[in-house]
Amino acid sequence: MAVSSQKTSSTRALTDSELTDSSGAWAREARMTASKRAQAAGLPQRRDEYWKYTRPDAFVQADVTLQASLRTSLGLFDRRTTVSVGFGDGKIQAAALPSAVHCTLESLASASVLDLHWARDVYGRLEAAGQKPVERSLAAVNTAIAREGLLLNVTGAVEAPIHIHATSSGHSDAIIHHVIKVAEGAAVTLIETGQYGARSNIVLEVDVADGGRFHHIRVQDGNERHMLTHIFGKIGAEATFKSFTLTSGVELTRNECVLQLLGDNASVSVAGACLGDRDFHHDDTVFITHDAVNCESRQVFKKVLRNGAVGVFQGKILVKAGAQRTDGYQISQSLLLDDDSQFLAKPELEIYADDVACSHGSTSGAIDEQALFYLRSRGVPEAKAVDLLTLSFVAEAIEEIEDEDLAQDILDHLTETLSAR
Amino acid sequence: MAMDDIQVKDGVDAETVEAVKALSGTYKYGWNTEIEMEYAPKGLSEDIVRLISSKNDEPEWMLDWRLAAYRRWLELIEPDWAMVDYPTIDFQDQYYYARPKSMEEKPKSLDEVDPKLLETYKKLGIPLKEQALLAGVEAPEGERRVAVDAVFDSVSVGTTFKAELRKAGVIFCSISEAIREHPELVRKYLGSVVPVSDNYYATLNSAVFSDGSFVYIPPGVRCPMELSTYFRINAENTGQFERTLIIADKDSYVSYLEGCTAPQRDVAQLHAAVVELVLLDDAEIKYSTVQNWFPGDENGKGGIYNFVTKRADCRGDRSKVMWTQVETGSAVTWKYPSCVLRGDDSQGEFYSIAIANNMQQADTGTKMVHLGKNTKSRIVSKGISAGKAQNTYRGLVSMHPKAKNSRNYTQCDSLLIGDKCGAHTVPYIEVKNNSSRVEHEATTSKVDDDQLFYCRSRGMDEEEAVALVVNGFCKEVLQALPMEFAMEAQALVAISLEGSVG
Repeated sequence: MAVSSQKTSSTRALTDSELTDSSGAWAREARMTASKRAQAAGLPQRRDEYWKYTRPDAFVQADVTLQASLRTSLGLFDRRTTVSVGFGDGKIQAAALPSAVHCTLESLASASVLDLHWARDVYGRLEAAGQKPVERSLAAVNTAIAREGLLLNVTGAVEAPIHIHATSSGHSDAIIHHVIKVAEGAAVTLIETGQYGARSNIVLEVDVADGGRFHHIRVQDGNERHMLTHIFGKIGAEATFKSFTLTSGVELTRNECVLQLLGDNASVSVAGACLGDRDFHHDDTVFITHDAVNCESRQVFKKVLRNGAVGVFQGKILVKAGAQRTDGYQISQSLLLDDDSQFLAKPELEIYADDVACSHGSTSGAIDEQALFYLRSRGVPEAKAVDLLTLSFVAEAIEEIEDEDLAQDILDHLTETLSAR
Repeated sequence: MAMDDIQVKDGVDAETVEAVKALSGTYKYGWNTEIEMEYAPKGLSEDIVRLISSKNDEPEWMLDWRLAAYRRWLELIEPDWAMVDYPTIDFQDQYYYARPKSMEEKPKSLDEVDPKLLETYKKLGIPLKEQALLAGVEAPEGERRVAVDAVFDSVSVGTTFKAELRKAGVIFCSISEAIREHPELVRKYLGSVVPVSDNYYATLNSAVFSDGSFVYIPPGVRCPMELSTYFRINAENTGQFERTLIIADKDSYVSYLEGCTAPQRDVAQLHAAVVELVLLDDAEIKYSTVQNWFPGDENGKGGIYNFVTKRADCRGDRSKVMWTQVETGSAVTWKYPSCVLRGDDSQGEFYSIAIANNMQQADTGTKMVHLGKNTKSRIVSKGISAGKAQNTYRGLVSMHPKAKNSRNYTQCDSLLIGDKCGAHTVPYIEVKNNSSRVEHEATTSKVDDDQLFYCRSRGMDEEEAVALVVNGFCKEVLQALPMEFAMEAQALVAISLEGSVG
């Protein structure tokens, strides 16, 4: 299919009046403006610099046939007490969502029919702010047409993590839009596991007010799936934002994370580890804007690739004029387990303030033969030794998870995934 | 400055030292030479391309080549991906050919060259004479001699030491002469590294280049002296489009230096050059540039727009190329000296200092394309931003599937002086096999307060202290330069930063 015809068909779909069907006032406005944004920007094209290493085709084509399996990280985090929210084929499963102290949980489906809702101040707003300097039109498409998602209004320190667990039969498209508002001094941990659909377009908008804390842990797996996610975060003074993603098995993933540090002394971390095999194509695209004094940002990405898998990292730190005493750190590393796999990276710095310490590092290489030899000489079988070295390679990314219990769960899951390969 | 301590031994050195000493104010090369010039009509068209070709007495094939490039150029769109911002260039509001009237009859030797031109180069610190030889005296033992090809606006005014180089089998002349005298070499290699349709500015250059330098080093020859080209833009509203082609045949070696200056003018001027290096088996080329085009004034008025395509093709096994550049001039710099590491075990190195002060904008870096097995590359880039300048490192390291066991190490550091400037890093890393290792590191920081304080406490004023710290920051690159160049570069670093503190 020609790229131009995709463009017309998808944008035409957006002008349908269905867009605002059964939308309350706030949702109608948000959806209409997002639709205009998406149409003005047009869909991503293969030649766009921003899509240099990942073809956008799979995300914009009208039809794709995927044979996605049901198995998805079952049992992970079961030992922990969580507030669980189930998604089945892109819909929230329970009629009544659970409740938690200091936090309201609502579905986008039910909130969007109201004329007034707190989500109005966040929904589509952070996404719109994230359209510069690069247009992310597929996120605007999501804002315009998403009908389901979880809305969290966090007003205090929420003890148990909120756990979204998604399953799908494997043929459907899922367009999900979550909104999270963390009030001043409030704190919440969000866990996302499973797959929303065979092909998913997920947007997560997070507004963290001054002194708020938001932790996010995400596990993406299940085979033959295409996944496009966007996180748009607005971070206030003294606030913390941490997001970690583990990806394995998904065929095509593009995880974008766009964060704006707008208050002084804030701290953010975006990390990811992935295990890729065969047709696996994994793209982490991160854009962090420092627009306040004395903030810290960290990007830590580790990719283990084999049998022709492709790992992509596009990371950028933008330090605006006046954002003095910025500490920006960025590392992207790949471990190529064979000769067919690829690592493609574009780690960028754009800096307009002088009192900063920003650094980025990027490496690519094979497994350390000496370390492998050492382990084998100690009687560790080769496959096991490779697994151990793989685990130690991704450890730095997992260390970005603050909650030690959850980090341990991730590590256990990873060990299990590796030994099952 | 500690220049007084340097023992002046002989002509060349003395003048170099003088030149360095002279570098004590702001832009020192801003004067122009009053000389009668001959221009081609303003604007760009097929007729102008034909005119340039006929002025150089070119054969038919060269004209056809140019015309094909020109037609191709008409179809291209000016690139806008670099982080530089400048008013739209009116390509019809330029002169594409300007030569001193006195050059109409090609001087047969340097003695016949217009004294005004010789004076110009003397004032620039570039001696266009072969004193030692002319006086019939052998050069003192161990003295470094440098052969110069001097390009003034659109023409080469003279090349020194030609005869002596000829004895060694080395061909060093202007490219226009090479097209006439050595068509077999030019036809074989011109455009083979940077194809006619490579990019907008390279295509433009292919159509309208007027002169430049040509070097051929035969197999097994180590070039007996350093070769250099000095580019001077003098005429107003004139673009300089020079073309350099260096061929290092099997097992040969050459060190090549390049310098550039231009008068201070209110109107920005265009410079679009192409440099092609060809390296056969075991050949080695060292290419050093001190780019000091007029950078424009502190309000961004005037200056050179410098759009340069430089590329080395390491065709032969075990060949080695080293690019070293000190970029202090130009209002806008768009330049990425690259290495195609085609031969097995070939090596590419890139050392760069880019200083942007006042309103300067620099977008520069390199491409290391690893195609052959066991290829190695190293990138050391030091970017310094001051005033309201923007300085970008942009680079590519690409390991192709067949480039087994290759290595790359990249280090790009940026230094910011003042809070109105910007420093950016845009590296691309593409690894397509697992036996190769790629390492990339980048840092951005400001001038260290402790170091400054230490220097100040020893009695240095702030500007001296900054210059010293910056020179330390650039050390790895300065060390890669030939000695005379390193001295000049060091002084340039200090001058370029003048007015950036306080």
